[in-house]
Amino acid sequence: MVPALAIILAFQLAGEVISRAGHLPLPGPVLGMLAMVAALAASARLRAMIRPVAQGVLGHLSLLFVPAGVGVVAHLPTLAAQGPALAVALVASTLLAIVVGAVTFTLVAKLVGSTPDE
Amino acid sequence: MNDAVLIWSYLASQPLLWLTATLFAYWAGDSLYRLARRNPAANPVMLAVIFLAVLLGITGTPYREYFEGAQFVHFMLGPATVCLAVPLQANLKAIRKAVVPIAAALLAGSFTAIVSALAIAKMFGAEAGLLATLAPKSATAPVAIGISEALGGQPTLTAVLVLLTGMIGAIFVTPMLNGLGLTDWRARGFATGVAAHGIGTARAFQVHDTAGAFASIGMGLNAVLTAFLAPLVLPWFL
Repeated sequence: MVPALAIILAFQLAGEVISRAGHLPLPGPVLGMLAMVAALAASARLRAMIRPVAQGVLGHLSLLFVPAGVGVVAHLPTLAAQGPALAVALVASTLLAIVVGAVTFTLVAKLVGSTPDE
Repeated sequence: MNDAVLIWSYLASQPLLWLTATLFAYWAGDSLYRLARRNPAANPVMLAVIFLAVLLGITGTPYREYFEGAQFVHFMLGPATVCLAVPLQANLKAIRKAVVPIAAALLAGSFTAIVSALAIAKMFGAEAGLLATLAPKSATAPVAIGISEALGGQPTLTAVLVLLTGMIGAIFVTPMLNGLGLTDWRARGFATGVAAHGIGTARAFQVHDTAGAFASIGMGLNAVLTAFLAPLVLPWFL
């Protein structure tokens, strides 16, 4: 577990350094993730090492949102004042994005003849 | 009495109390979620946030003091983002087989999520800070928080909007796409992952395995694309 954690943190650290040094729009952890995809694809040994720890972390992903979520207490006035705008924006844009994404995928898949495996 | 005050002032100055409270609150929220048969409206994060918010209110603890303890949990968001590489890499084959529909749906879904949210909020008169806070709301929380920070938004409010987005997607996706008669599980899952990140992905896995796998692909790719699109699109609305 310790080597896997060390490597995961090292990828995040490298991502942060590159993102900040290069003034990139991508957050450091996302750069770290992209580099990790490449590294995992290249090395079966790395996959075997990282997978159990990553699954452990991702299995409890929801927990990690809690501290930031509690920040809602500091924003109650904003939420109350902008409540209707935020509610309409969130509901409409989320549903619209799902429909547009699913319809686009379906149409383009038919167009290029990409069929599901089953 | 004096002892109680001393003990409280010790606890208030240490991360131990609020770290423990965070884990217990999540445990309680997750238990209730299971009791509610994983109904997406009983989201465990939302329940934990409510428990902790009430607790902070009762004890008169400011958020900053709470965060001193909770930051150890919060810190793990970065490593967790790196860990998303594991399901992405495992699905590389499925991605290659459907690369054109994936690219089209990713661009269309991600763009729609950002532009429609900003356009509606702008219509209601939202100001620049709120728009920056709202723009990355369809990306997975660790990434959305990072983007919001970079754009000059309020990261903690972004976290709340991200959670709400995921819950809205998880609650409505199945009846809505059934109503539209869309039957390709890849399309349904992928669009859900793009628009409603991890909470939508968790919902997709409950409905169908293929939908779940494609939802995690959608979530991972949109984390990257939102980081590019949000800073590009936001200035159109300022």
